Amino acid sequence: MIRIDSVTKRYPDGTVAVDRLSLEIPDRSITVLVGPSGCGKTTTLRMINRMVEPSEGTILLDGKDITQQPVNTLRRSMGYVIQNAGLFQHRTIVDNIATVPRMLGWGKEKARARARELMERVGLDATLAKRYPYQLSGGQQQRVGVARALAADPPVLLMDEPFSAVDPVVRKGLQEELLRIQDELGKTIVFVTHDIDEAVKIGTMVAVMRTGGKLAQFAPPAELLSHPADEFVEDFLGADRGIRRLSFFPSAGLQLLTAPIVAIDSTAEQITARDTAGAPYLLVTDLEGRPLGWGEPDRLTAGDIRAEHLLSHGRPFVAGTDSLRAALDCAVLSPTGWAVAVDAEGRAAGVVSQQTIAEAIRSAHAEGRETDRAARATQVTKAVG
Amino acid sequence: MNVLNFINAFFSDSAHWKGYDGIPTRLGEHVGYSVLALAIAAAIGLPVGLLTGHTGRGGNALAFIATAGRALPSFGLLVLMFVIIGLGLLPVMIPLVVLAVPPILVTTYEAMRSVDPSPVDAARGMGMHESRILFQVELPVALPLILSGLRSAAIQIVSTATIAAYVSLGGLGRYIVDGLYQRNYEKVVGGATLVAVMALVTLGLFWALNRFVVSPGVRRSS
Repeated sequence: MIRIDSVTKRYPDGTVAVDRLSLEIPDRSITVLVGPSGCGKTTTLRMINRMVEPSEGTILLDGKDITQQPVNTLRRSMGYVIQNAGLFQHRTIVDNIATVPRMLGWGKEKARARARELMERVGLDATLAKRYPYQLSGGQQQRVGVARALAADPPVLLMDEPFSAVDPVVRKGLQEELLRIQDELGKTIVFVTHDIDEAVKIGTMVAVMRTGGKLAQFAPPAELLSHPADEFVEDFLGADRGIRRLSFFPSAGLQLLTAPIVAIDSTAEQITARDTAGAPYLLVTDLEGRPLGWGEPDRLTAGDIRAEHLLSHGRPFVAGTDSLRAALDCAVLSPTGWAVAVDAEGRAAGVVSQQTIAEAIRSAHAEGRETDRAARATQVTKAVG
Repeated sequence: MNVLNFINAFFSDSAHWKGYDGIPTRLGEHVGYSVLALAIAAAIGLPVGLLTGHTGRGGNALAFIATAGRALPSFGLLVLMFVIIGLGLLPVMIPLVVLAVPPILVTTYEAMRSVDPSPVDAARGMGMHESRILFQVELPVALPLILSGLRSAAIQIVSTATIAAYVSLGGLGRYIVDGLYQRNYEKVVGGATLVAVMALVTLGLFWALNRFVVSPGVRRSS
């Protein structure tokens, strides 16, 4: 565990970058430092590997003061990923990744073999091994940056705005890749970003910092969205935090209707039988059960249902896996106001109305409040005890 | 044309190809002076430029030294050194080195300063020693610019080394100085042609060196 203990960073000109910051960074999880520019988040990160020395306070790594060991030994035990990757342009991709193992005295072949293994892990094609950084896209370069940081298998990974310089689509891919890698490797990751969406998406814990280097709130993302500590955090989270909070509610509890679903080869009787299902439209599927679109019951003629005549069903959500936010998004975008749920193979699992989703949201909120009350009660008991 | 006739006459005269005043001897002497002066200048300019460029300190002092160095006339310095030191190689080497140090020093400093700071930050953050950062991260990227500084220094040395002849030393300047004195313009033009060819060969050598020592990753991305 990394423990930041009332650390202050004051520069000679009097500017205070970080002000009496205390933070406990849990092991094997992603802790995100987020805040506006000038809030000291990068300075905080750089104090962990001593790229910046604190003016006051101490930082403990597994209970030991980080100044107790030689600075380069400390840094080699922490992977370091920066914005724009910072690759060595005169070295090939495989040699870039092999840098730290080579510094640690590994043989060339062993280090390169390890580098190739990591290329695969971060989703880089093996054919890129002999290329130079300029031949790679920004997203690929950033993957190399992550692979290079992981090369010597350090327990800690420090990431300073690693995905800020790539376009939103690539960034989303990189974030998902990071979460997947984290699932496999379980590193202690400290991640700096100015993007609150990124923080909420990848963080196990999120530390919101405010200008002047003060900690505004340190909480898991769901709690941050439901209970912002003050106006600053609330503003920083943005206007649609209520909607974003839905990302943390599972769609598993939704009551899905299967009655309004008909296959494209249905007979007239089957269509009339389904008609009474309570939905104004029927969802037509292909022969494998994949949704094709919505049709009005009166206009569906048995034996002559054409996919091009149906109303688009929009992007379906995956029942159970996707969140209530995805389900609500489907329903809002659907021309019929009903969302389509599919299973992992893309077959229609059921349909659900906006009303049903709204009810699920209300009960999820109610449950959240119950949990909070229980948690607070425990705290009070502890305080009293 | 007159000049071409001079060149033709100079190079086709077999007497110019042998003996202590023959082309091979004079060329050898000229190469010798040039290589020695460049080596001394590089031995001074490279380490200072690399170090100041790496730390980012002393840039102003460097600019001052460079300007002062450039302002000194080589010929005047030669005469001064000759008066003070007397005959020998040293009074020739001093003006040549003074001429060559500023381009090497300043371009090396600038080359190191213009290296992208993010790989350096990454290297430091992963626990690389400062000396390794200098030689394995910054230098390979700065190399094309550093070589261009060495190249312009080398070319200036090659053309200026002709002044060695004024203080009774050899080199290709011999032909020019003696030719002027003897009103033998064939010799003057021949000597000047040899100097020009040598400057072009120097250019070619640096081009080849660049191909050989600069990583393809750096060559193509810049």
